Amino acid sequence: MQADKKLLKDLTPEIESTSTTWYITFSVFLGFFLLGIYGLIQQIDKGHIVTGMRDNVVWGFYIVNFIFFMGLSYSGALISGVLHLFNTGWRKPVIRMAELITVISLIIGPFFIFFCIGRLDRLYFLFIHPRIQSPITWDVIAIITDLFGCFIYLYLSFVEDFAILRDYEGLQVSPWKRKLYKILSLGYDGSPRQKKLLSNAKTIMSVMIIAIAIIVYSVLAWIFGVTLQPGWHSTIFGPYFVIAAVFSGTGLLIILMWIFRRIYHLEEYITKRHFVNVGVLLTVIAAFYGYFTFSDYLTKWYGSIKMDSILIDKLFNEYYLLFIFANYIGILLPAIIIAFPKFRTIPNITVAAAIAVLALWVNRYIIVIPTLETPFLPVQDTRAEWIKYSPTWIEWSLTLAGVSVFVMLFMLISKIAPIVSISEMQEQDTEEILK
Amino acid sequence: MKGKDPEKSGKSSRRGFLKKMSAGVGVVTLAGVAGSAGMNHESGTKSGVKIKLLSPEGKLVEVDKDDIRPSREIVAELKEEARKGLPNRKFVMVIDLAKCKNARKCVDACQEGHMLPKDHEWIKLYLLQDDNNTSKYWFPRPCFHCDKPMCVSVCPVGATYKRADGIVLVDNQRCIGCKFCMTGCPYSARVFNWKDPEVKLPEGHVYDPETNIPPVEGTVGKCVFCADNLRKNLLPRCVTACPMGVIYFGDLLEDTVTNGEETVRFSKLMNDRAGFRYREELGTLPSVFYLPPTQRMFPVERGLDGYDENIKGRYEKAGPR
Repeated sequence: MQADKKLLKDLTPEIESTSTTWYITFSVFLGFFLLGIYGLIQQIDKGHIVTGMRDNVVWGFYIVNFIFFMGLSYSGALISGVLHLFNTGWRKPVIRMAELITVISLIIGPFFIFFCIGRLDRLYFLFIHPRIQSPITWDVIAIITDLFGCFIYLYLSFVEDFAILRDYEGLQVSPWKRKLYKILSLGYDGSPRQKKLLSNAKTIMSVMIIAIAIIVYSVLAWIFGVTLQPGWHSTIFGPYFVIAAVFSGTGLLIILMWIFRRIYHLEEYITKRHFVNVGVLLTVIAAFYGYFTFSDYLTKWYGSIKMDSILIDKLFNEYYLLFIFANYIGILLPAIIIAFPKFRTIPNITVAAAIAVLALWVNRYIIVIPTLETPFLPVQDTRAEWIKYSPTWIEWSLTLAGVSVFVMLFMLISKIAPIVSISEMQEQDTEEILK
Repeated sequence: MKGKDPEKSGKSSRRGFLKKMSAGVGVVTLAGVAGSAGMNHESGTKSGVKIKLLSPEGKLVEVDKDDIRPSREIVAELKEEARKGLPNRKFVMVIDLAKCKNARKCVDACQEGHMLPKDHEWIKLYLLQDDNNTSKYWFPRPCFHCDKPMCVSVCPVGATYKRADGIVLVDNQRCIGCKFCMTGCPYSARVFNWKDPEVKLPEGHVYDPETNIPPVEGTVGKCVFCADNLRKNLLPRCVTACPMGVIYFGDLLEDTVTNGEETVRFSKLMNDRAGFRYREELGTLPSVFYLPPTQRMFPVERGLDGYDENIKGRYEKAGPR
């Protein structure tokens, strides 16, 4: 398989040589990661007493991060699946990033569960003593299914690129990398039959991962939804979580587009058009997400159910800054910035996306924590310092470590594979010429 | 209370109640003996001395003396039996809110009996007030041992389970510490071992979910209705420790409950005193019933007399809700 040399050079800037910036950036994030490891060792050594979690707020940052990263993952799957299925023309430079978001955050997410559970050494009990009644068991099955599905989908999209890299004589890489490309390309030579098979497989997988992503994220929402707790016991939690996830994933996609465009000089491939298109997608999703949020809180606020009133009261007083940021600024501001064409510049859209992602994390926080601080029986006969949740440095360090691993995995993948699909871009060129 | 004639009030005595309990326990012990007798027979060690026993089916059997061991000796048997529960029993508790004055003896007895760290309470005392216009009252809350327990539904590994006698237990050698049961329980009845509890165990102690001793770091614990005591014909520790006789315990199938001083008909008590369950609307069907705090024996405020700031501070924010 032959590839356009310029395309190859532009889209694989880190494969042949490694820049100093790469090393510096990587070291910084490695440092954050090691700090997290140190925190984790502390936690394993001294017990969960070192976290801010106590008997009322038994789930803290870890669960928030878990649902946040899983949300990013499922949304990456949804975005790439939908764009592929509908054969959207402009998707080609950005679809690879969405796929990578999916797989990388899917690897990171479950680690936050491992940090949260008290007996990590008994994790395998989930498999040897499973109880199908428990939503956690549903989640275990769902996440494993999703992991396989997403890996297959991502791999399928990589096969052609590996074949291109294998066949490109001028590539200055070490022999092990060449060998790797040879193995990973599975003998793909671009014959019409192979092309058709691969294309069919990708279409089938894109449909499957859309379905899997929706089911899996609903299952995660039901961990909260099936309980009797005020604020969690809601019938709309499944779809609400799904739409919120897509919101965060779209936002992250914009941020990554901006970063890669800047550091790898992809201005030619990722244009303003892409930012505007993904941005409009974000706005549409923001509208749905805002509608779900409003609907959920309105019904709780309007009625007179005691526990709902107490919870709403807490959100509107103790948590009002976070509430306003997550549910007003975080939804309205991105929508407004992107809705008006004159605000639609690349930096503006990126800022809007960053606000959206951050606000969604906060939204997760005010779903999990205030409810746990509002049990049916008032929090009494307990230690004063156990009443209110505030994360310790250990929880912060592990959160930071999670983000660092996300960045580091992206950087490592950019060392062996193109971050923008070469094969898809080539196809695009041919299509444009044919027109 | 003590002066009351149990015959006159139409209630059976405490001794009668315990006798009935012992009948149930006896069956279990024999079942264990019969089972272990069979096992030892195969290994072939014999003393030659035969002893006659009554089997659970009512048959007289002859077994070798060496084959007889206490039924709950082996750890595996302990755990297996702790999952089944006592046969033909349905334990219930009735808490008389009119009598409670926050003496906290139940808390102490529970902590001592189960070797709990001092910051762990399996039974907590709440100072509740339903509305501005209604009165405050003390509200002891053990685990409710619900008949539709959320904690059991959501447990992913079957570490927490419901037994035939109505008791909900936690096997802390199975628990993975996901804390889903803690978010599932609407009554905040569960506690987590955030650090190593550092319990000094007696020599030769074996773990039994019925006592849940020792508590294990990273797992969940909660009130066990003193399932170990029930097996030994004893009342739960909180019941016997309460100086006011607030807590009644008994068997729903026998329709009797006792607080250690008087034994009463459960149905009559519910009927006469308008017994209720906390937040019935949640549908978890608790095994713990309450009697309303009417004509209280003590003013609510006196419940805090004599306690240090630590305890008093816990109730500072108590108010209508």
